[in-house]
Amino acid sequence: MELINTALPALADALTLILHPQQIMFLIAGVLLGLSVGVLPGLGGIAGLSLVLPFMYGMDPISGLALMVGLVAVIPTSDTFSSVLLGIPGSTASQATVLDGFPLAKKGEAARALSAAFVSSLFGGLLGAMVLTVFIFFARPLILAFGLPEMLLITVLGLSMVAILAGRLPIKGLVAAGLGLMVGTIGAAGAGGSLRMATYDIPYLVDGLPLVIIGLGIYAVPEIVSLLRQDQAISKTGGLGKGWIDGLKDWWRNIWLSVRCSGIGVIVGMIPGLGGSVVDWIAYGFSVQTAKDKSKFGTGDIRGVIGPESSNNAKEGGGLVPTLIFGIPGSGSMAVFLGGLALLGYDPGPHMVRNNLDVTYTIVWSLALANVFGAGLCILLSGSIARLTTIRFTLMAPFLFMMITFAAFQSSQQLADLVALVAVGFLGILLRRFDYSRPAFLIGFVLSSQAEAFANMANQVASSRFRRGFEYGIDYLASPLSLAILALIVISVIVGIRSAKHILGNSETPAGTKRAPMIFLLAITGYVAVAWVNALMISRVGDKIFPVTVGAVTLVCCLLLLVRMMRAPEGDIAFADLELSGGEDGEAAHGLWVTLAWFFALLILSSIFGFIIALTLFFLAFFYYRAGLSWAKSALFTACGVAFICFLAYTLGREFPPGLLQAYFKLPWPLK
Amino acid sequence: MNKKTNSARSIACGILAGVSALAMGTAASAVDLAGKTVEFVIPFSESGGSARWANFFAPLLNEALPGAPTVVVKYRPGAGSTAGANWFQEQTTADGTLLFGSSGSTQFPYLLGDPRVRYEYKDWQVVLASGTGGVIYLPPDLAAKVNGNFDGLADEFLLYGSQGATTLDLVPLLAFKLLGLNVDPVFGIEGRGDGRLMFERGEANIDYQTSSAYLKSVVPMVEAGLAVPVFTFGALDDDGNIVRDPTFPDLPSFKEVCEATAVCETSGVAWDAYKAFFIAGFPAQKMVFLPGAASQDVVDTYTKAFQDVKARPDFAEKSEVTLGVYPQLTGAGAQKAFDQATSVTPEAKQYVTDWLKEAYGVSLE
Repeated sequence: MELINTALPALADALTLILHPQQIMFLIAGVLLGLSVGVLPGLGGIAGLSLVLPFMYGMDPISGLALMVGLVAVIPTSDTFSSVLLGIPGSTASQATVLDGFPLAKKGEAARALSAAFVSSLFGGLLGAMVLTVFIFFARPLILAFGLPEMLLITVLGLSMVAILAGRLPIKGLVAAGLGLMVGTIGAAGAGGSLRMATYDIPYLVDGLPLVIIGLGIYAVPEIVSLLRQDQAISKTGGLGKGWIDGLKDWWRNIWLSVRCSGIGVIVGMIPGLGGSVVDWIAYGFSVQTAKDKSKFGTGDIRGVIGPESSNNAKEGGGLVPTLIFGIPGSGSMAVFLGGLALLGYDPGPHMVRNNLDVTYTIVWSLALANVFGAGLCILLSGSIARLTTIRFTLMAPFLFMMITFAAFQSSQQLADLVALVAVGFLGILLRRFDYSRPAFLIGFVLSSQAEAFANMANQVASSRFRRGFEYGIDYLASPLSLAILALIVISVIVGIRSAKHILGNSETPAGTKRAPMIFLLAITGYVAVAWVNALMISRVGDKIFPVTVGAVTLVCCLLLLVRMMRAPEGDIAFADLELSGGEDGEAAHGLWVTLAWFFALLILSSIFGFIIALTLFFLAFFYYRAGLSWAKSALFTACGVAFICFLAYTLGREFPPGLLQAYFKLPWPLK
Repeated sequence: MNKKTNSARSIACGILAGVSALAMGTAASAVDLAGKTVEFVIPFSESGGSARWANFFAPLLNEALPGAPTVVVKYRPGAGSTAGANWFQEQTTADGTLLFGSSGSTQFPYLLGDPRVRYEYKDWQVVLASGTGGVIYLPPDLAAKVNGNFDGLADEFLLYGSQGATTLDLVPLLAFKLLGLNVDPVFGIEGRGDGRLMFERGEANIDYQTSSAYLKSVVPMVEAGLAVPVFTFGALDDDGNIVRDPTFPDLPSFKEVCEATAVCETSGVAWDAYKAFFIAGFPAQKMVFLPGAASQDVVDTYTKAFQDVKARPDFAEKSEVTLGVYPQLTGAGAQKAFDQATSVTPEAKQYVTDWLKEAYGVSLE
C-alpha cells in the first residue's frame, strides 16, 4: 500500500515531465543522433554519447536527460541495420541477430527481417520499462543475490550456447570457442598483470585485442571480401522479396517468444558486471531450444531475429537498474550515461530511487518513449534502407572498408589497430572458409575475460572461506541460486547438442582434399600449444590457471580433430572448404588474394601517407579499375566518401590514422 | 635513465613559475588562445573519477583562459592509464592546446618501476594538483569490535575486493598490514565501485572509498545501518604530519588508529613506506600537466587560469559537491605537492617491492 502511495505520484510527476513538448523535442533529437551514429557499422553508443557529453554541462537536467536517454535507447535498435544488411554485428548487443538476419537479407528478405527486429526491440523496450516501474523497489535484494559464483555460472551459461552454434561437427565448434577464449587471454592478466602471449616491446598487445576489432575482423572483413569477390548484390536474387509488413506479422505470430526473451533481457541486464554480452546469445539459444522445427535456424529463421532483438532493448532497461541503484554501470554505454548524469548534477546511487523517484521514473519511461520513436522510425525506414541489399556490392565495398577502418582505429588510436584488423580479418576469412563456427569463436572471445575474472575472484573468496571451515565455503559456492543456474546450464547443453545438427550456418559447404584444412588445423594447434606453454611459464597462479586449463582442453580438442582428419577419407565433412568448386567462394568471379590485396593496399598507403590521402588514392583506383567506372564518376564517389568521413570525424571529434608522412611534416587537418 | 639534470631543471622552472606567477599576480600574459581548441587528455575511460574531475574543470578553464578557447576532455584509456601517459610523453605541443590529467594510478607504476612505464614525470610541467582522501568502513558487527584500536579484530578473517596490489589499493593494503589485520585481498575487480558492491553482497567485509565516492555511495549505507566508517587515511598538514581529514573531522586518522593499536608502530621502515605511498597517492592524487615543450608564458597562463578558477565566488560550493573539501594547489604549492607525489625514498620502494613479491607474488621486472 505504501508502495503504491509513493510510486503513483512519482509516476504521474514523471509522465508530466516527459510529455512536455520541449522534453519530447530533446528526446527526438537524441533519437535522431543515436540513429545516425548507430547505423554506421562499428560505431556504437559510446561514440554517440561522447558526442553529446561536452554539451551536457550546465544543461537543464531534464532536457539533458531526455537527449541522453534518447541516444542510449536507440543504439541497440539502430545497430540492427548493419547486423542484418551487412552481416556485421553493430555492437555486442546484436551479435546473435547476424546469425539469422543476414541470411534473410541474402534471400532478399531484408525488409522483413528488419521490421521484425524493430518491432521486437520496441516491444522489449516497453515491456522492460513496465517491469522496471514495479521492480525497481525489489531489485536491490535480487541484484545482491548474484554473487561472484552466480555471475560465473551465468557466464558459463552464455558459453554453453556454443553447443548449439557449433556447426555440423561439434568438435570444430569447440576448437573455435577454445581459440576464442585463448585469444581473449592475450595481454596483461586482469588480476596480477602477468603477460600472456604479449611483450612490453609491443605495448599494443599488453592491453589485449579490442572487442571492436575482433567483431569487425571475424564478421565484417570475411563477409565484405566474400561479397566483393562474387561481384553482385547482397540479395542473391537482386531484388526484395517479402516486405516489412510480413515482418510485423511474423513478430505477432511469435509474440510469446518475444515476451519470454524480453524477460530474459531485463533480468540478465540487471546484473551488474555481466553487461550485454551474454544476453543475446542466451536469448538466441532459448529461441532455438524452445522451437519445434529447428531446421531453418542459421539459414534465415525469423525467430532467430525476434529472440535476440526482443532481449537486447529490454536489457538496456534492465541495465539502468544497477546504474541507478548502485551507481555501477552495467555496460560500456551505461558507463558513459553515468558520466553524463553526473554532469547534470545527479549522483546515481542508493538514494536515487528513494529521494529522486520521479527522476528515476523519468529515465525509465523516457527510455520506453525513445524506443517507440526510434523503433517506429526504423520500421518506416526499413523498406527503403533494405534496398541497399540490391545495389551492386562492388560500389558499396570501398565505403564499408573506409567505415570499418575508421571504426577500428577508434579503439586505441594507433596504427596497430589497423594491423590487428587485417590479422584478425584474415583469421576470420580462414575460419569461414574451413567451416569453423565464427559465433563460437566470438562467444569465446567476448566471455573470456569475464569468465576468467569471475572464476578467479570466486576462487579467491571461496578458498579464503574454506580456510575458515568447510561449511562456510560450501555455503558460499552451493547457494540455491547457483544450483538453479547450474541446472539450467546442464539442460541448455543437452538440448543444445540435440538441436545442433539442425543449425548449419553455411548449408552446403563442399568437402574435398585434406591438404588445406589440415594445414589450417595444424596452425591453430600450433598457436594453442605455444600459448599454453607460454601460460605454463607464468609464475603467478591466479594469472596462469585459466589459460592453462582452457589451453589444455582446446589442445585435446585439436588433437581429437587431427586424429579424425587423419583417419577420415577425403570428402569427409571435416574437410569442408568454401573455396572448392561448388562452394560459395569457389564459384566467385574474383580471387581471394586479389580482393584482399585491395584492402592491404589501403592499409599500407595509410601507414605511408596517413588515412585521408590513402583513402583518396584507394577510392579512385578502386572505382576506376575494379568497379570499372568512368574517371568522372570515380572522382565523384571519392569526393563523397572523403567528405563524409571528414564530416563524421569532425563532429565526433575523432582523429585519423597518421602515416610516415605525418611524422616528418606538419599538415593541416584532416591530413594530419 | 639520466634524469637528474632534467629534474633539477624542471624543479627550478617550476619554482620560478610559482614565484613569477605569485609576483605577477594578475599581470596579463602574451598567450592568447582565442579560436583554439584545448585538448584535456586523461588516460582513463569516460566513467571514472578522473573523468568527473576533468569534466568539472574543463568548462571553468574555458571561462578563465585568455581568448576563451573550447576545452574538450579526451579519453585515452589503456594498460591501467600507463598507455595514455606514454602517449603524452611523446607530445611536443608547445602552444598550450594540450593538457594531461594524471592520477594516483599513473603515479604508482611510475614510482614502483613498472616495466610498462615509458614516461618521466619530471619532464612535464605541473599546473594544478588536486588532493583527496579515503575512508575505511566495516560491517556493523565487526565495527563493534573496534574501540579506537584494532586489537579486537586480529583474529577475524577479512576479505577485501582489490583492483590489484600495484594500484592505489597499495595504501589500504599496507595500512591493513600495519594494523596486523588478517586480510585476504580478492584481486581483479575493475573499479572501487565493484569493491563496494562486493561489500554490499557480503562477499567482502572491509572496504574503502575515496572521499567523493564515500559521500555519494557509502553514506546512505551508513545511514541505513549497513556500514560503519572506522578511520580515514587522513590529510597532510603544512609540516608533513598526518592529521584528521578536514572533510571528516569526526573520524580518526589512520595515524591515531595505528598509535592505539598494539601491533602498529608509527615509526620504522614499514611506517615510512606507508607514509611515502600515502603521500604519493592521496594529497596530490590528480594533477594537470603541460608538455615539457610548453613555454614559460604558457605555464604562467595556465597557473593564472587555475588561480582564477579557484577565486570564483561559486568555486567552493561547486567543488565541494564534485571534489570534496580538499586543496586545489597551483604555482609553488602544486610544485611542492608534485615533488612529494613523484618521489619516494629507495628504502620505501624496496620495502614495498619486497612485500609485494612475498605477500602476493607480484614481481615488477
